[in-house]
Amino acid sequence: MEKLIPAKERLLKSNKKWMDGELRGKILVILCAVIMISVTISITIFLGSKGLQSFIHNGVSLIEFITSKHWNPTNQASPQYGALPFILGSFAVTFAAALVAAPLGIGGAIFMTEIAPSWGKKILQPVIELLVGIPSVVYGFIGLTVLVPFIREHVGGLGFSLLAGTIVLAIMILPTVTTIATDAMSSLPKNLREGSYALGATRWQTIRKVLIPAAMPNLLTAIVLGMARAFGEALAVQMVIGNVRDIPSNILDASATLTTIITLNMGHTTYGSVENNTLWSMGLILLIMSFAFILLIRYLSSRRKM
Amino acid sequence: MNSKTADRIATGVFITIAIIIISILVGLFYYILVNGLKHVSLDFLTSPSSNVRAGGGIRDQLFNSFYILLLTMLIAVPLGIGGGIYMAEYAKPGKVTDIIRSCIEVLASLPSIVIGMFGLLMFVNLTGWGYTILGGALALTVFNLPVIVRVSEDAIRSVPRDLKEASLALGITRWHTIKTVILPSAFPSILTGAILASGRVFGEAAALLFTAGLSTPRLDYANWNPFSDTSPLNIFRPAETLAVHIWSVNTQGLIPDVEEVSNGAAAVLVLSVLIFNLLARWIGSMIHKKITATK
Repeated sequence: MEKLIPAKERLLKSNKKWMDGELRGKILVILCAVIMISVTISITIFLGSKGLQSFIHNGVSLIEFITSKHWNPTNQASPQYGALPFILGSFAVTFAAALVAAPLGIGGAIFMTEIAPSWGKKILQPVIELLVGIPSVVYGFIGLTVLVPFIREHVGGLGFSLLAGTIVLAIMILPTVTTIATDAMSSLPKNLREGSYALGATRWQTIRKVLIPAAMPNLLTAIVLGMARAFGEALAVQMVIGNVRDIPSNILDASATLTTIITLNMGHTTYGSVENNTLWSMGLILLIMSFAFILLIRYLSSRRKM
Repeated sequence: MNSKTADRIATGVFITIAIIIISILVGLFYYILVNGLKHVSLDFLTSPSSNVRAGGGIRDQLFNSFYILLLTMLIAVPLGIGGGIYMAEYAKPGKVTDIIRSCIEVLASLPSIVIGMFGLLMFVNLTGWGYTILGGALALTVFNLPVIVRVSEDAIRSVPRDLKEASLALGITRWHTIKTVILPSAFPSILTGAILASGRVFGEAAALLFTAGLSTPRLDYANWNPFSDTSPLNIFRPAETLAVHIWSVNTQGLIPDVEEVSNGAAAVLVLSVLIFNLLARWIGSMIHKKITATK
């Protein structure tokens, strides 16, 4: 007589096989999520501890690091580690680039959404996408071969300058600003426009008095995202800005930023030396700034919800 | 000034801005392609680069770029799709999900040079590998992961609810539904997004400076043994990519024909990125047609 397997057991057995696949899948995707979290946390921890080493182990004063304008790490007798020129350079070039890119980007966005919504978007959208696609070294290279000689001959100075860095960065962040500003403008409710037109306002009055104020938090987000990108950009800026240790006195002076100093010196300083460690501290500043930009964007988007 | 004149002036200003943006792009492409394509020849693409003499090509750099891209995608795409599935299907609204979302946001906004420094710390010094292709690919994975996660999450979320519910109603489990119903219909968007991301990875240089290095050993393309030092397939050798090459010949190179080499390399780089973009569009629309049966 055949042995009877109770239905309950059979069901459990087949059920178990299904559940195994289910569990495996769940573990797999949770593992992916865990990897993402651990990468972010380990970046913060590793760069944080490495960046603090120059202050803790090498006795570089934090105050000197961020306020002194004398950077002279190779001086044997009394090395100086003042990163102020680079911090200032980073901020100067970032704000200047945002000043150039913001009107262009927001103007382009308004052109696409308000002035010529049908054909304007068809032309400008692919243009913006192509601009995103150009690698940053190519921007830097064109800046180096076209912009720098142009500034040297027609504007003055060496050519390698804050101005060149600003222009290159402005073009690089233009697509970011334009894309987000376009989303902001086109997500405005239609009745805002119609209400304004119905009151007899011209298009410019509508844009200036109704649409821009309504989209303001999003437009600011667009600019902040652009600035975040500009602040962290390394190679393109490094190729055109001149990389000197002094604080620039005007826009035609050569300068340096945190990223450019890291790029230049990381390769040929000894790993673990004081100078090398100060470079890691600059990297830490970049990391902290990128957190600061995120917090700023969060703040802006929480204002938007109100 | 009356409001009509102001309106006309404003319109003029906006049109000028649009023209400025378009002419920036046209100018850039004109410069890159006209100056660059002169120097691009079969010889340029197939001869090795030279450190001191004129007339070097970009053979090894081009190979390295594609090889690192391939490795990066092999690591980043499965991880990213996994993360996307988690965010779209498994994550419950709450603290943990918020944390993961913040992590993705942080990763996405990190400057590439910072990722390069992290790579130097982790994949070069801590592991003791030195400058390697694998280290470069892992750094680029960090750089690329948030994009892929976002793309796959969006793609999975935009799969029609009916499909998923129909499958669940048939008694198919969740993972099986994801595997056999949701992923196949989200595949075109994920593929398009991944190819677009490839363009970004292909042109990235800052993250590779300190991870894959600035040099390439002498390569023997007949050597297919991936463990040999001269084999191009060896993932533990240093590798200079095309984008890094443009930077290094311009800032620390000694060759007399810097401009020719970098013009040519820039043209190849931009054309490759352009091809990635066109490919993404083309594949996207082709699969869309196939699935939706529209002509």
